[in-house]
Amino acid sequence: MGLTAERKAYLEKLCQKFRRDVIDTLYEIQTGHPGGSLSVCEILTALYFEKARVDPADPQKPDRDRIVLCKGHAAPMLYRVLAEKGFFPVEEMKTLRRLDTRLQGHPSIKHTPGVDLSTGPLGTGLSAALGMALGLRLSKFHIKTDARVYAILGDGDVNEGMTWEACMSAVKFKADNLIAIYDWNRVQLDGKSADIMPQGDMRAKFEAFGWRCLACDGHDVEALCEALDKANAYPDGRPVIILADTIKGKGVSFMEGQNAWHGKAIDEASYKRAVAEWGGE
Amino acid sequence: MAKAIREVYGEALVKYGRDNPDVVVLDADVSSSTRSSLFQEVCPERFFNVGVAEANMSGMAAGFASVGTIPFVNTFATFISTLGLLPARIFGSYANLNVKFMGAYGGLSDAYDGPSHHSIEDLTIMRALPNFKVYVPSDETLTDWLVKHAIESKGPMYVRLSRDVFPSIYEPGTKFEDGKGKVLRQGKDATIVACGLMTGLALDAAKELASEGIAVSVIDMFTIKPLDTELLLEFARSTGAVVTAEEHSVIGGLAGAVSESLILGQAYVPVGFVGLDDCHAECGSYADLLRKYKLDVSAIVAKVRETVEKKR
Repeated sequence: MGLTAERKAYLEKLCQKFRRDVIDTLYEIQTGHPGGSLSVCEILTALYFEKARVDPADPQKPDRDRIVLCKGHAAPMLYRVLAEKGFFPVEEMKTLRRLDTRLQGHPSIKHTPGVDLSTGPLGTGLSAALGMALGLRLSKFHIKTDARVYAILGDGDVNEGMTWEACMSAVKFKADNLIAIYDWNRVQLDGKSADIMPQGDMRAKFEAFGWRCLACDGHDVEALCEALDKANAYPDGRPVIILADTIKGKGVSFMEGQNAWHGKAIDEASYKRAVAEWGGE
Repeated sequence: MAKAIREVYGEALVKYGRDNPDVVVLDADVSSSTRSSLFQEVCPERFFNVGVAEANMSGMAAGFASVGTIPFVNTFATFISTLGLLPARIFGSYANLNVKFMGAYGGLSDAYDGPSHHSIEDLTIMRALPNFKVYVPSDETLTDWLVKHAIESKGPMYVRLSRDVFPSIYEPGTKFEDGKGKVLRQGKDATIVACGLMTGLALDAAKELASEGIAVSVIDMFTIKPLDTELLLEFARSTGAVVTAEEHSVIGGLAGAVSESLILGQAYVPVGFVGLDDCHAECGSYADLLRKYKLDVSAIVAKVRETVEKKR
């Protein structure tokens, strides 16, 4: 089920647009998290535009797939993708982080159509995603047996012990409808993850817990789609994690790999530099 | 012989949850203590023992709630309000998901395990969470009703249970209302506002006080949040003195809730608090602890006398 060349080009173009729009928005509002938003761009695009079954016309559809952005600070990219998908008007991006907005600083299930869970505190999302996955098997809304829950983790999430508690439980409860995607950019707020809290061999760790591990380039939409297909193809009682190699700040040369751009407001000079890099549009 | 509250809870969970396919029950390796194990026996497919991982349990419950099931989270009260707090806050409170936190072994009821296992601050913590409702049942009948109520009502909730036997206060089948305290006794000199085990003790204290000529009202304020402010103010005004009684720190729990409501309602009457005086207890028999830390009938009697004295 590979992407056609045309479809691939379309998704790549979308990602390019999303990146630029998010930087525009963050420059305009002078707050928000550019680094992690840029790194998760292809992951969200592959999910919302290719693989996940969601319906903007019916955001609460009981049998929809769920997407939990555990790394909730990447909300700007989530909102941009949701808007493009049709959950709310793209112009609403301007209201991000403003008083009375539907687009809160971190995702909120009560405010934003299309958001499946309020997130923000790192390390809490995977547990909730697991509960969703198990609940979908049980609940009265359990219409489609193959509804999936996608949980997008960041480097900060795997610092928290709760994430590993969820890892253990997901295996015990055989949550093979839970698919975690690790937006693995190896940088967190205070520095490189290797310095802040070395992660060691992540694949070995997840596999030791009993997860099925896949890996791909997290900025290659085609590779992500293939990995998602594989993750969905062999439900064998094990939860799946896709280790998606990404670059923090991807797409803006001076932001790439820089923890300083985790949550910094974009100054005018930097903004102009970013725009110049993109051909001065 | 009255049953331990935890037994009543476990049985109610089975009674109201067994035939409701939406009810799911989680426990963190203490199901034989909380008695959620009774549910596991009849509905193993809807029971999830997550091991000693309270934060994860609390987070999983949110996920369950978000897809339309009704999760009951079970562990010791003190671990819910500490380890389980972050997910309770972000998912239960902020996202307003329909999670039911059932705090076992409330107060000093895990007596011999000592202060590490006593819950003396859970009410303060849980009632500070927006959207959360907070209840402390005072006997078997009310515990049974609260389980049913938890299933039937929407929204996040914290119910503080007990390991122990409480004196029976209500006839089986008594009707309760969400947010409405119960007037158990009427007297003109002071009002004791109590919850949990202390409600039964307050009734005993009231009898003792009556014998010395002090007539007190007793309100079972099992609904800590929302507090029955209307009832509280009515009795504060008519009796002119209020004493709270709770198996909890006097900081922030029932005493805090009652004080706030009295001040906001401009009912400036003398108040007294029966509860732990900003301290941890120690290990020992439950009865010994209640006596030593002044959570018994004579402590309530003394506090009422002292408070009534301030009216003059």
